[in-house]
Amino acid sequence: MENGNQTKLRIEHLSLNFGGVHALNDVSLEIKDNEILAIIGPNGAGKTCILNCISGFYKPQQGEIYFEGKKITRMRPDKVANLGLARTFQNIELYTGLSSQDNIMAARHVLMKQNFVSGSLYFGWAHKEEIEHRELVEDIIDFLEIEPIRKRVVGSLPYGMRKRVELGRALALEPKVLLLDEPMAGMNLEEKEDIARFVVDVFEGQGVTYPNNPTLRDGVTCIVLVEHDMGVVMDIADRIIVLDFGRKIAEGTPDEIKSNPEVIRAYLGQEAK
Amino acid sequence: MGLPCGTYNYSYAKDMAILRTKTHWALFIALLILVFTAPLYCDNYLLGVANLMGITLIAAVGLNILLGYCGQLSIGHAGFIAVGAYTAAVLTGTFELPFLVGLICAGLMAGLVGLFFGIPSLKVKGFYLGIATIAAQFIIIWFINHLSITGGFTGIAVPYASIGGFVFDTEASQFYLIMTIAVLCVFFAKNLARTRIGRAFVAIRDNDLAAEVMGINLFYYKLLAFFIGCFLAGIAGSLLAHWIGFMNAEQFSISESILYIGMVIIGGMGSALGPILGVIFIRLLQQGMMFIAPMLESAFPALPAGFASGIAPMLFGVVIVLFLVLEPRGLSHRWMLFKASYRLWPFSY
Repeated sequence: MENGNQTKLRIEHLSLNFGGVHALNDVSLEIKDNEILAIIGPNGAGKTCILNCISGFYKPQQGEIYFEGKKITRMRPDKVANLGLARTFQNIELYTGLSSQDNIMAARHVLMKQNFVSGSLYFGWAHKEEIEHRELVEDIIDFLEIEPIRKRVVGSLPYGMRKRVELGRALALEPKVLLLDEPMAGMNLEEKEDIARFVVDVFEGQGVTYPNNPTLRDGVTCIVLVEHDMGVVMDIADRIIVLDFGRKIAEGTPDEIKSNPEVIRAYLGQEAK
Repeated sequence: MGLPCGTYNYSYAKDMAILRTKTHWALFIALLILVFTAPLYCDNYLLGVANLMGITLIAAVGLNILLGYCGQLSIGHAGFIAVGAYTAAVLTGTFELPFLVGLICAGLMAGLVGLFFGIPSLKVKGFYLGIATIAAQFIIIWFINHLSITGGFTGIAVPYASIGGFVFDTEASQFYLIMTIAVLCVFFAKNLARTRIGRAFVAIRDNDLAAEVMGINLFYYKLLAFFIGCFLAGIAGSLLAHWIGFMNAEQFSISESILYIGMVIIGGMGSALGPILGVIFIRLLQQGMMFIAPMLESAFPALPAGFASGIAPMLFGVVIVLFLVLEPRGLSHRWMLFKASYRLWPFSY
């Protein structure tokens, strides 16, 4: 905490085209430690594109992305995940055939060491490792209050619960940076409040409540939130970046953004003269 | 849900265990005893059927890992079994190497060939991968028919399996050999499925996009699934070669490959019990057809010639379609439903 706001992710002059469509146009931004950064903008502004570039799905034509000083542009998604970037998706992308608990366990993949030989022998080493990781997963299940559904197959779960499992899966990766793509889309007020509370709790860290789980104990100090709900964004974000048509049009604290004329024009259109 | 009444999880180890109660253990041991004492009260015909089932099971377990868990369609499984069978046949027959060396080499060889034909899985999915693996089926059979070392179209004789000085030359002794390996394979497959690698496979099957973002190397794990699946096919092939004693490429036709997919579907894809039930079901159906078809022909002389031999594939087709429509999750899911209901019986919930 003492060394303040170090840059975690730096995006430099990122441009992404699909044929003639400029999805991102020379976007530069910095994502710092110890902050919840919100990326907002109208539909099709390129918010998700930025996340997809970071996690390696999209290969931007120009520009570079640095994570803790290391270039991760055009890196394979699983390698990016190994560096400590976890994300959730706008349209829930869970492993539908696995139970909630196994979905979260599956995210421990990069942190586990068994291979297919020790796994198929099971007794002994793999068994021990499974239990160790299961304990950490149970912390997350407890934190997200999804105990009743831990054995349920996620394909059969209601939407709100699946969103939570997906958040849990991202947390199980023990990420340094957490990218949340519209975690509250399609939710009612109560569910939104729940998720907002989880996000803030994860950010702050839970300390002695979960002494063994490093992610929950110390918190994820860098969270990127892509969200449409202005109320939530204004309440929990430390800094906001506004995109419109693939360009960054504003950046600042929630108060600055609220009164920014560019942002108002992008969202509400111009007043009729 | 899923546990007998009065069974609680006091530790994660308990929660992960497969056999939970004393009844489970008793039933499990009783089943093993029943299987391994079968030669005492079964005649050679039944043992032969059981041997075929055991060999088929090993291959089906392999296909279940590949198709059921990892979601990679392979319509060339009989081809990979053929690779194992011929590797074992050539090594033990022509080069007179020990059976166990042949067995391991058969697995490795089939695994490596599987790796090669698994490479397209990186770019293509589903049906397209299916078509790519059909190529494996045809290429492998072509090579077997046109290489001199495999005996070409005439086939190749294979000696009996032997370990140390002991020769497995009776149905009963082969039964022990095959069943031991089959039980081990089921054990390994079940453990693989419930640990890290298995979860990675299912992750790839259910959502390869998310799997990659969560740090699973798609290339490595898809190929690993191909390797393990085909390795088991190779082991099955080796046992098949020693059991039959004579190999010919016709034994590994594409209809066999499709039958294997049928077994995995009917048993229940992606469950450890699935291949066991599927193999028993299909092989029993085949034996039943062998009894019934001649009877049908003699009872109804008006039936066209070749009806008896033609009805079996038709029946398999119908059975697979019925399962896909009525119970796409297979017999193992039926079994789960049955277990859930008898635990509650006589109450409805």
